[in-house]
Amino acid sequence: MNTLFDKIWDAHTVKVLDGGSCVLYIDRQYIHEVTSPQAFAGLRERGIGVFRPSQVTASPDHNIPTADQHLPIAEPQSAAQVAALCRNCDENGITIFPIGSQRNGIIHVMGPETGLTRPGMTIVCGDSHTSTHGALGCVAFGIGTSEVEMALASQCILQSKPKSMRINVEGELRRGVCSKDIILYIISKLGTGGGTGHFVEFAGSAIRSLSMEARMTICNMSIEMGARGGMIAPDETTFEYLRGREFAPQGAEWDAAVERWSALKSEPDAVFDKEVTFDAADIEPMITYGTNPGMGVAVNGAIPASDGASFDKALDYMGFREGEKMAGKRVDYVFVGSCTNGRIEDLRAFASLVEGRRKAPNVTAWIVPGSKQVERQAIEEGLRDKLEAAGFTLRQPGCSACLAMNEDKIPAGKYCVATSNRNFEGRQGPEARTMLAGPLVAAAAAVTGVVTDPRDLMKPDETRQK
Amino acid sequence: MRNKFTTLVSTAVPLPIENIDTDQIIPARFLKATTREGFGENLFRDWRYDAEGNPKPDFAMNSPLYNGEILVAGKNFGCGSSREHAAWAIAGAGFRAVVSSFFADIFRNNALNNGLLPVTVSEAMAAEIFRAIGENPATELRIDLAAQTIEIVGTPRKESFDIAPYKKQCLMNGYDDVDYLVSIRTEIEAFEQKQKQKR
Repeated sequence: MNTLFDKIWDAHTVKVLDGGSCVLYIDRQYIHEVTSPQAFAGLRERGIGVFRPSQVTASPDHNIPTADQHLPIAEPQSAAQVAALCRNCDENGITIFPIGSQRNGIIHVMGPETGLTRPGMTIVCGDSHTSTHGALGCVAFGIGTSEVEMALASQCILQSKPKSMRINVEGELRRGVCSKDIILYIISKLGTGGGTGHFVEFAGSAIRSLSMEARMTICNMSIEMGARGGMIAPDETTFEYLRGREFAPQGAEWDAAVERWSALKSEPDAVFDKEVTFDAADIEPMITYGTNPGMGVAVNGAIPASDGASFDKALDYMGFREGEKMAGKRVDYVFVGSCTNGRIEDLRAFASLVEGRRKAPNVTAWIVPGSKQVERQAIEEGLRDKLEAAGFTLRQPGCSACLAMNEDKIPAGKYCVATSNRNFEGRQGPEARTMLAGPLVAAAAAVTGVVTDPRDLMKPDETRQK
Repeated sequence: MRNKFTTLVSTAVPLPIENIDTDQIIPARFLKATTREGFGENLFRDWRYDAEGNPKPDFAMNSPLYNGEILVAGKNFGCGSSREHAAWAIAGAGFRAVVSSFFADIFRNNALNNGLLPVTVSEAMAAEIFRAIGENPATELRIDLAAQTIEIVGTPRKESFDIAPYKKQCLMNGYDDVDYLVSIRTEIEAFEQKQKQKR
């Protein structure tokens, strides 16, 4: 077996049980406040401690407020959950980046930007978007709380080895197309179960040309096609991104690490259980019209014809009809943020399009940086000033309206263009209606108040590719 | 030790909807507990109850016709968020098995880790089960874990299903993965030493 995935998985297999279940060693475990308390409670009931606390890192992100973070959390249950995380970390010697501290952020933004996530690692977290870290050439995937407990207890989990899949995107991306459009396009073609049972490697010239952050957006959403995880072979882009980061190796250790990491790629004769190739030129700026991430269409396109009862149920929820054009549809809210598109490049892309324009009066916009570091950088680069000049405000970091566990909820019946990852019924609040898109489509919606093709607002020579 | 699973004969609650994601099974706003208990009452919250908390009569779980310890759902059940709360909610509401023609990976693992058996059937079998329950809500299904079979009781319709041998043993004997992994910590330490030497 000589795929990138096999190399990392096999090197971390402690043993294989009868029938194929693998005891897989985990290099790094991330934890947050929502999916870890029951795991710590389980350890306490068993009377055992955390096996390798130095390989576990915590950051509260899911239900923290995105304003007034210097004040105590007002909502009692959220406050209790965050307090439990702090207590569990203190008692077990686990490093935590508390709310408001310099390194706090959404786990999947914080991990790569601090250099805690590095090529060749196995990484788990009780969060399905752990696949994000695969962009750096890791085997990273989401697990349930029982498995969080397993990893805390033994630094291992028990899993069957997934099948392998490669998705190639070849050629040059068109003007105004960003990495979110690539992954929404892929999911619209393969469906929300198209990757189930498989671990996906993204490859091809269009993927290679992407920045590190753009690659994270792609791997982040691999779970939305059902894949166990997504990954991209590390290359110069990866190494340049990691060089000098706080927890990245330094000096001679760095050189040795780069040499090791350079071998992390699928061999030319590698065989995948499934392989598909897309032409980058076919991809346009995308938006979703339904209630799963596979229900996406070009922003200048129309809603396709129904394929059954589940489709009809989705359109009924959204208040849309088959055949309708997406452009011109009403937008009440715009949410920019999340582990999918809450990084500095996303804020830059959004700011570049709203600069010199004004927020549409009918739109409420929440611009939420993915981490304290992103927030700091946005201020230092002058992005916050640009946003404010256009009538927007920059909030404080957290998962926010992606899953609406904090106060940032979209009201019932309202339409939100969101740069996050899920448009499920009620995901952003009961009866909220979500249209997923990239930061440029979100920006175009924010300044026009309706779904708009961002290319209509761009000068002919602008590409704004990520 | 967990509850053991051997055979189950029960009527079933039908949910013939595709791509039921874990946000529908248990919405995020109910994930704020720090224990595993109490999620059952909010299972399918926004499909089951209106904004005022009144049961929606057209939802299968609210119908006097349907009950039982088996949930039968459309394909790609449990997609989306990794929240194990989804498995806790289903088990908490009294279900012991979920039948679908296709399960999302993380949900399947979470269910298995909580003694909730995910039974993958062919699309034809799923359609037959929905049809049989539609015609007679008292239709019973029989799931035999040892034999790895599911049948519509009183009909010749019977099918075998796959399950990882290790997970099957765990379910049948009530074993627990954490206990097992802790028991091999010495092997794990030896693996760590070997890894260090490779560097």
